[in-house]
Amino acid sequence: MGPGLNWTATAVFVFFMVLVTVIGLFAGRWRKGDLGQIEEWGLAGRRFGTIVTWFLVGGDFYTAYTLIAVPALVYGAGAIGFFAMLTTILVYPFVFAVMPRLWRVSHRHNYITLADFVHGRYQSHWLALAVAVTGIVATIPYIALQLVGIQVSIAALGFHGSAWSSDVPLIIAFLILVGYDYTSGLRGPASISFVKAVMLYVVVLVAVIWIPAKLGGYANVFHIAGQALASRSTKIPIILPHAQYLPFATLALGSALGVFLYPHLITSLLSSSSGRVIRRNAVMLPAFTFLFGLVAMLGYVAIAAGVHVARADDVIPATFQQLFPPWFAGFCFASIAVGALVPAAIMSIACANLFTRNIFRQYVKKDITRRQESAIAKVFSLLVKLGALAFVLVGNPLYAINLQLLGGIWILQTLPAAVFGLFTRWFHRGALFLGWVTGMTLGSAMAWSMALRTAVYPLKIGGVKLPSYAAIDALVVNVVVAVVLTPVLNAMRVDAGSDETTPLDYITEPTEGGKRDLAATPAPISDGIG
Amino acid sequence: MTSLERGEARRAGFNGWSFLLLLPYVALLWVPFYAKSQPSLWGFPFFYWYQFLWVPLTALLIGWVYWKTR
Repeated sequence: MGPGLNWTATAVFVFFMVLVTVIGLFAGRWRKGDLGQIEEWGLAGRRFGTIVTWFLVGGDFYTAYTLIAVPALVYGAGAIGFFAMLTTILVYPFVFAVMPRLWRVSHRHNYITLADFVHGRYQSHWLALAVAVTGIVATIPYIALQLVGIQVSIAALGFHGSAWSSDVPLIIAFLILVGYDYTSGLRGPASISFVKAVMLYVVVLVAVIWIPAKLGGYANVFHIAGQALASRSTKIPIILPHAQYLPFATLALGSALGVFLYPHLITSLLSSSSGRVIRRNAVMLPAFTFLFGLVAMLGYVAIAAGVHVARADDVIPATFQQLFPPWFAGFCFASIAVGALVPAAIMSIACANLFTRNIFRQYVKKDITRRQESAIAKVFSLLVKLGALAFVLVGNPLYAINLQLLGGIWILQTLPAAVFGLFTRWFHRGALFLGWVTGMTLGSAMAWSMALRTAVYPLKIGGVKLPSYAAIDALVVNVVVAVVLTPVLNAMRVDAGSDETTPLDYITEPTEGGKRDLAATPAPISDGIG
Repeated sequence: MTSLERGEARRAGFNGWSFLLLLPYVALLWVPFYAKSQPSLWGFPFFYWYQFLWVPLTALLIGWVYWKTR
């Protein structure tokens, strides 16, 4: 990267940051609700329709860090990096089948978090605590990585050298984030997500049309990238080699099943106005996936353009800087920073919701009012963000990457309690809890044995090599434990707990316009037959 | 009409069409089927354009199931 500050790029960058700050701070007035209530601050009153939800979930799911890390992975490791694209296809049938049920039961019982649902379903505060803590711990390093995304884009403007000049811009961006999160709640990132989507579409479409045209078309990009990859010491072919089939497929599946269990995505989905809105979005959100696939392609574009970087995370900024005029490079960097602000805000709101509802309310102050909940959540969301900032400024960003890798393994271990629970109450709450403990322990141990460098574990069963994503291996054991122990605990007459939900809660949409659907209140079964 | 029946009338459902949602998993997780370079399309090796093709296909499948289970 060139020496000194790039003034044109910086001016464009600053313009867009000011724009989103103003939008974010005024967003609290949008579809105004009482922000002193946690349902308003932390879920925007469950009022977002199909279009707003599309922007919000899109902005939340395709995070800035992903947009930096995935091309970096493709640049460094070739075809296997495309597992991320597979993930972003395979999530949507899952979201379509599962999440409308979660929305309906949450709306019916005023659940704000996934752990609220688990608590209501199993009447087990331990199981709910497990889900809440897993969510928070998996998300904090993810917030730190969004700040890393901002840091990378600021550094690309030329702010580097002394700690003073590189950290101050990041702290300003951080204060913007804190400001609009505190004042506007979920409405802040929701309104900024419109700006994010438009900017990203412009960047990606220009990049994928303009750059290959400059480099002689995609055939040439694949040709040069293929030669370059093969001539490296690792000799990676451009088509996925046989040995990577299973890691590729399990990484894609494990991420696809796990990613929408992250608190920030649950929060985005629950803020929509009906299960139908979620179903429609499962049809429409793949439009972002197409874009995302093209972003992954930029890893090959960077190789073909002869971009060389010391740190893999710098691939995308370096590519933009090398191939675009300064003003458009500034626009690209701003899109990454804006792209980081949206998910970072939702992640900290989601962690705050979990802490307030499932830890503070459960263990500290049971008779908390909705107004106090909102106040606690605002403070906790600030603490979460400060923690993430400390990670980036003081700690080694590598820790955040390592923890994020563990987070992906951990979050999938909440699937049996949360997702199976949406379809059946067959499982014993104790069996689910022990399954979770086993999955967490095993998954962490597998990742630890690989020194946290990769989540792919060289599994061997009976001499057959099954190198696979540790999250999937741990999930299999987790489910086996839950299935085996359920009849055992039932036979031992261990209290299985009650269930405050009814089958109708999962399938009944609220009537149009009405806040609560009275017809959905549980009716005696004889009523239906007779 | 009883309250249960009213609930049933509005239920967002599940039927045989829902099994179509499994198709993308089969098509994309069976990697040997598409981990090859030919036939290429507009310069994209098969491995890559096949994945891009499944983006609109998955959206269409989900859209179809949405339509059939309304």
